[in-house]
Amino acid sequence: MKIAVCIKQVVTREWQLRVNDQHTWIRDQDASFELNEPDAYALEEGLRLKEKHGGEVVVCCAGPARATQVIREALARGADRAVHVESDALATADASAVADALAAAIRDEQVDLVLTGLQSDDQGFGQVGVVLAETLGIPHATIIMAIEKADATLRVKRELEGGWFQWVTLPMPALLTIQSGINQLRYATLKGIMAAKKKEIRKVAPPAPPSSGPRITRLYFPEKGKQTQLIAGTPAEAARELVKRLREEARAL
Amino acid sequence: MILVIAEQRDGRLNRASLETIAAAQSTGDTVRIAILGSGVDGVAGELGKADAAEVIVVDDPALKEYTADGWVLALEQLIAAEKPDRVFLAHTYQTRDFAPALAARLKRPLVTDCIAVTGGGYVRPMFQGKLQAEVAVGDAGAHLATFQIGAFRADQMKAGRAPIRRAAVAVDGSKIRQQPDAPFKEARQAVDLSQAERIVAVGRGIKGQEHIELAQKLAQAMGAELAASRPICDAGWLPMDRQIGSSGQTVAPKLYVALGISGAIQHLVGMKGSRTIVAVNKDGEAPIFEIADYGIVGDLFEVVPALIAALNG
Repeated sequence: MKIAVCIKQVVTREWQLRVNDQHTWIRDQDASFELNEPDAYALEEGLRLKEKHGGEVVVCCAGPARATQVIREALARGADRAVHVESDALATADASAVADALAAAIRDEQVDLVLTGLQSDDQGFGQVGVVLAETLGIPHATIIMAIEKADATLRVKRELEGGWFQWVTLPMPALLTIQSGINQLRYATLKGIMAAKKKEIRKVAPPAPPSSGPRITRLYFPEKGKQTQLIAGTPAEAARELVKRLREEARAL
Repeated sequence: MILVIAEQRDGRLNRASLETIAAAQSTGDTVRIAILGSGVDGVAGELGKADAAEVIVVDDPALKEYTADGWVLALEQLIAAEKPDRVFLAHTYQTRDFAPALAARLKRPLVTDCIAVTGGGYVRPMFQGKLQAEVAVGDAGAHLATFQIGAFRADQMKAGRAPIRRAAVAVDGSKIRQQPDAPFKEARQAVDLSQAERIVAVGRGIKGQEHIELAQKLAQAMGAELAASRPICDAGWLPMDRQIGSSGQTVAPKLYVALGISGAIQHLVGMKGSRTIVAVNKDGEAPIFEIADYGIVGDLFEVVPALIAALNG
């Protein structure tokens, strides 16, 4: 089974966000970056499928040169090789531009299965995987919590809302967007990190970007909708004050 | 004209669709509502109580169960016939499954997870709700937009009487590649958090499984049930049946204490109805403080032991 796993590089969750002077993107020149966490679950699922059924895991990334960091990490965790569609514009691109770029990476690979995370931690469109399936002309299913393979078909467990699930059968090749929590993540070993240095990263030129898509006109910190009573002081003082207010004011204790 | 694609399952209307109708009505534009399925006259009648120009029923045996392909095939035809300027949908799991494919097939932009409509576009959260963005659709013309659950209120939907019409849409069932089984629930949840008077919930800030015990002690001191945000259950630090949020349980206790939870929307939708919300988080900009009544910006590993001492003292 040949599996393509799409990954994205995003700013780390711990990095204190700052908005640029034009209010169109974050000031990410001095940010730290990491593998988009939902994509880490997709990668792990790809590696497990390969271990069970044999084959190859090809990591595909559409992003700027700095995304090599997360490509190397994916290779260190066990992916066999990578395709990098490299362009600075892809760092802030909309969903259809990213899907077009990933399609350019995957189209010639003749894969049986494409896996993506559910959405990215930065823009959070939740679109790229499904648009990519449509672009490649293959069936898809989203928010997947289990994958069973039988010959040329997949049986997958979709998560619905409110604790409901549903099994769906679909033919391969197919694309699945993976729900976080489907598996337990592995981390790169020293051996894996060393091996990754010798693995191939094929560079692919990005396709022409679409002429007009949605664009961010203003990025800002949301105004607080509710007046939060922030309680200051040392931990002991704040704790005593909070308990007092919860008892006397909110009557919640 | 705005076409709202309403959602039903087993003939029951998803209430998020009413919120989306309210969003469409708020623009002042003409609103039409579409409902897809097989034998959905009951839902159509319910939608007909909205102030809208029309309810359009797309009824086809191939639409009896939801599939992404079936919905895209049907809506591609419907949108070609009706030519709406905008298509609005609730940002549900079902919408997330088919709307991006529909937009790609129509070669139209799709703006997801919107919380407001502005003159030139939409407002949507980014970076897990830590930032918001005004997004312009530009000169692309016709487009699609999905709306976050709870961004508009169902009870603000204007009532009226909309005529019901059947659309001339036929779906070729042989083109549907997904074969769905019937939806099911996992074994009955052992813990019904919706009945809890007080809840102490932990998020990523708890850092490791070995620290869960600390939150458990605070829960004991408060007479509260212990719960968690999704990442904690994903990591296996607490069982899935203790998860609060869109993929877990929805709760509205008297007191909700969020420890190290940043407040991603998927979590907030499950607990924002709580009467009193307390947040303890080291990041003063965390979105959880937008809905908290009381907040302590600080290290939960210092604050929680102090809280336990204050409660027991």
